[in-house]
Amino acid sequence: MFNVGIDVGAKTIKVVILRDGQPFAQYKGLAGMDTAESVEQAYTEALKEAGISRDQVKRVVSTGVGRKEVPFSDEEVTEVGADSKGIIFVMPNCRTCIDVGAEEGRAIRCDDGGKVRDFAVNEKCAAGAGSFVESMSRALELKLHEMGELSLKATRTVPMNAQCAVFAESEVVSLIHSDTTKEDIARSVHDAIASRIISMVRRVGIEPEIALIGGVSHNVGFVECLERGLETKVTIPDNAEFIGALGAALLAYEGSK
Amino acid sequence: MTQEYWRWKENNWKSADKDWTKAEIVTAGIDVGSVSSQAVILADGELYAYASMRTGSNSPDSALNAITAAMEGTGLTLDKIHYIVGTGYGRVNVPFAHKAITEIACHARGANFMGGNKVRTILDMGGQDCKGIHCDEKGKVLNFLMNDKCAAGTGRGMEVMADLLSVPIAEVGPMSLEVKEDPPPVSSTCVVFAKSEAMSLLKQGWPKNKVLAAYCSAMAHRVVTLLERIGVEKEFFITGGIAKNIGVVSRIEKELGIKAIKSEYDSQIAGALGAALFGKALVEKGGKKK
Repeated sequence: MFNVGIDVGAKTIKVVILRDGQPFAQYKGLAGMDTAESVEQAYTEALKEAGISRDQVKRVVSTGVGRKEVPFSDEEVTEVGADSKGIIFVMPNCRTCIDVGAEEGRAIRCDDGGKVRDFAVNEKCAAGAGSFVESMSRALELKLHEMGELSLKATRTVPMNAQCAVFAESEVVSLIHSDTTKEDIARSVHDAIASRIISMVRRVGIEPEIALIGGVSHNVGFVECLERGLETKVTIPDNAEFIGALGAALLAYEGSK
Repeated sequence: MTQEYWRWKENNWKSADKDWTKAEIVTAGIDVGSVSSQAVILADGELYAYASMRTGSNSPDSALNAITAAMEGTGLTLDKIHYIVGTGYGRVNVPFAHKAITEIACHARGANFMGGNKVRTILDMGGQDCKGIHCDEKGKVLNFLMNDKCAAGTGRGMEVMADLLSVPIAEVGPMSLEVKEDPPPVSSTCVVFAKSEAMSLLKQGWPKNKVLAAYCSAMAHRVVTLLERIGVEKEFFITGGIAKNIGVVSRIEKELGIKAIKSEYDSQIAGALGAALFGKALVEKGGKKK
């Protein structure tokens, strides 16, 4: 029996396919301007790569900001619900889950069954999400993936005064003019977003083990700043970007039993 | 080079019939904002000349640039001005100013001059911040609220949108009023997210004017929430660069259900004007003529 979880994020669409409740295949596609079209495309590709057909799928659960735009989904769940379900599957001892995506950030405290005990979400402001780093990389004329490595080479801490991503862009430009190195600016950018995520995590309370998931977990510079700020290590599970989709797929499996 | 749609025109003005040489007290106010810098020169408390220029990366130069533009063609030099007051976020960096006063106090004083002593509520929409101010009949600040953390509801946010849609900033307001009925406001608060939202609206086939209407409504709503937190009195005046954007102003008036007081003066000079008025009062009080 196959079940599918589909996580429609602001930037990417993640699909996880389960076979008898165990991970079988996964696929990541870009979320374009037309969400419904991108969803259809991602789903078709995912099934093709897994070598199964649509009617073999018993149940589909969608999550993510675009979860309502999945016409073939049987059920919609929130990102918080999907994340906690997914993280407990791969990290049974996880009690605090930090999810940083392109346009949202969230901190979730969950119990051993994957039930949500408390959570905090930022979906209003780019300053606490991946797009912040992306805007700044543009101002620095760097590729997004270069930001992380550069940040690790920083030699000093430069404070970032602006909170807003729009204002921070001008600040980055003036830092460049005042001959601050790109390495130091990159760290300053990651420190800024990390401090926003940390204040959200402190609101829900920190209980080990701590997991970091979502696309921004690939950014080693951000991870370093986050760990320094939290004064503790965080665990990044394999396929950290797919945890939400995995959680949705697990819920689909439970619903079809 | 590609056109920079956000770039508004720098300008200066000089009174045709007044003569500073006949004035007893000449004072100047310089408002170094995050986006624009204004200088206002008063001759015996009457508006004599002003200039509105773009702020550069360095506050002292921007201040000098503004006052130089205001003095252009007047024969005035810095040493002939009896008192200079600096204000705005770069106020401590105006080397030739005799004193620095906060922009909140200066805006209230300036609005009191521009809109008359009936003005009680002032909305100042600047380049990188937005303030709601309450003042008394003398233009003295009673209370204020300010957003300087977030680009939503500021001029910079509007500049970003103008650039995205390739619409010159001065045309944004009129263009947003071309729509027959206002579409629902852009739902994202954050300017970064509003940009993506605007892009997907364009993709759905919305014309530019409809997208601008949605953004102007969103901005109006945002500043109205700020104003409502401090309370709005009917005698209401708008200053700052966005006061020139009819698309935002008319939507604020509609949402509040009151009309803003009209003024013959340039809304952007309120801070510098207030600073120059403080300068005059200080000269009269202390006789501290140079």
